Amino acid sequence: MFNVVKAELRKLRRPTLFFGTMGAALFFTALITSFIYLMIDSPQGNSDRGRSIGREVLGLASGSVNGFSSVGGFLGIIALCVFAAQTAQEYTYGTLRNLLVRQPSRMKILVGKLISMALFALIMITIAAVVSIANSYILAPGANVSTDLWFTSDGFQAIFTTFVNVTISVIAFGILGMVLGLLLRSPISAISFGVLWLLIIEVLLIAVKNSLQSWLPGAQLSAIASGGSLDLTYQHALTVGGMYVVVGAIVASVLFVRRDVAN
Amino acid sequence: MPNTAISVSDLSKKYDDRLAVSHINFEVPLGTVCGFVGPNGSGKTTTMRMLLGLITPTTGEGHILGEPIEHPEKYLSRVGAMIEGPAFYPALSGYENLMVLAKLGGFPVERVQQLLDKVGLGDRGKSKFKTYSLGMKQRLGIAAALLPEPKLLMLDEPTNGLDPEGIQEVRALLRDLANGGTTVFVSSHLLSELEIISDYIVMLRKGEIVFAGPIGELMAQQQPTIIARSLKYSDLESIVEIAEKAGHHAVIRNDSVHILAGMEWAPVLNKAAFDAGITLAQLAPQLPNLEETFFEMTGDK
Repeated sequence: MFNVVKAELRKLRRPTLFFGTMGAALFFTALITSFIYLMIDSPQGNSDRGRSIGREVLGLASGSVNGFSSVGGFLGIIALCVFAAQTAQEYTYGTLRNLLVRQPSRMKILVGKLISMALFALIMITIAAVVSIANSYILAPGANVSTDLWFTSDGFQAIFTTFVNVTISVIAFGILGMVLGLLLRSPISAISFGVLWLLIIEVLLIAVKNSLQSWLPGAQLSAIASGGSLDLTYQHALTVGGMYVVVGAIVASVLFVRRDVAN
Repeated sequence: MPNTAISVSDLSKKYDDRLAVSHINFEVPLGTVCGFVGPNGSGKTTTMRMLLGLITPTTGEGHILGEPIEHPEKYLSRVGAMIEGPAFYPALSGYENLMVLAKLGGFPVERVQQLLDKVGLGDRGKSKFKTYSLGMKQRLGIAAALLPEPKLLMLDEPTNGLDPEGIQEVRALLRDLANGGTTVFVSSHLLSELEIISDYIVMLRKGEIVFAGPIGELMAQQQPTIIARSLKYSDLESIVEIAEKAGHHAVIRNDSVHILAGMEWAPVLNKAAFDAGITLAQLAPQLPNLEETFFEMTGDK
């Protein structure tokens, strides 16, 4: 298993992939965090779907991580793309047969891949957390937001909790990407389907019938990153989102282990 | 310690209603070079995939280095393979691609540069795989197959895309490996190459074994051929008629007639041709080579 992780990390550290992904994470984090502070008085709101996060909320002990938790969904989409591409490319390049000749245990390949990509995601989440908190700290005075409570013990507790929630959410998004990669066996198909579903189909479905928000996978995983929302409790999101991930992972693993490698 | 590197019994693979490999049986002794031949779609790659645990056989059993093919984890650490051409990550260099496989298999990383040097890619190891020519990709595939210092090397068309010099190098490499005790199981369309290096031959046609055994035994089964060439191309048909009247199968290939007959019949043909007003420019015996034997046995031409 350890050998699989080491081999996978060699692929993930490729500069184009590594810096491209980290750059995208950094860009979205800086952008979304900045919006919260720069648009604080905007009538259009400063958060998703026109919502507003006021000075009193940002001034709480958990205020430093509002931006970071808001960006969790975007980090999840990035993770979904990376996990899906890294998994499906083994089929399109035909490299899966090389991997299986060198490591015949298919579950070890799968779990090793997951661990290495989770480590990759963890680096991305850490960078996003640092950038978001630093950006918030820099922009807070200009937006008349108090930062007095941010670095108290409650503040650090909030940072830790948010970090854990974002990590769970991002890795769950990644696992769904991996499932799509294994099922569709093409990076383009897997990424297109995943992104299309999360950014368009889910949004449209929720716009048509708001109660679907409680049951669709993207909404659950985004809610986990935010530690729950007004419409979705954290517990509910964790349960429903977890079910999507577990069922998807079981189906994809069984297929991966049993399916002939004929390309 | 088994004395066969590969042994296969009643092995079949069925895709929906198509039998890709049909109840095949063969053995490859340790330390030999075994040529695996058959027309396109005859089931060579499917058989290799089953032997490597990539696809599950529908029926039958097989053993690699004494271990059952249901448990590839017991033998793959001693097997090197390149199936259906070299497959690597295009954005990684040749060196990085081999490093991925070396890490995965737990092989010493020093072997990577040694193998790149061995296959003639020592100075191009840092270039991205996508910039390699077909011949270079093939060489990298062979290097990857050699990573585990294999007891059994399985190569599917290793000389595809190689220039004559490269083909000669691969031939020498395979012979060296066999001399060092490695069993080489190699499929190739270059039958003349296989004839030079192989001790054993396994021949497939439409998923069935046509022949499996020592190459000498295969050649001994074949009838000798007389090659007859006339001064005038238009006389070739008449030579065919003369041979067939005498009960010998004859075909025109390029500018000569190939007649399945022993050399003792050559004087008879010579006289019959002379009587028919045909001047023969060449009348020579030819022992069948692997290519002709292949076409004869597989009925491909």
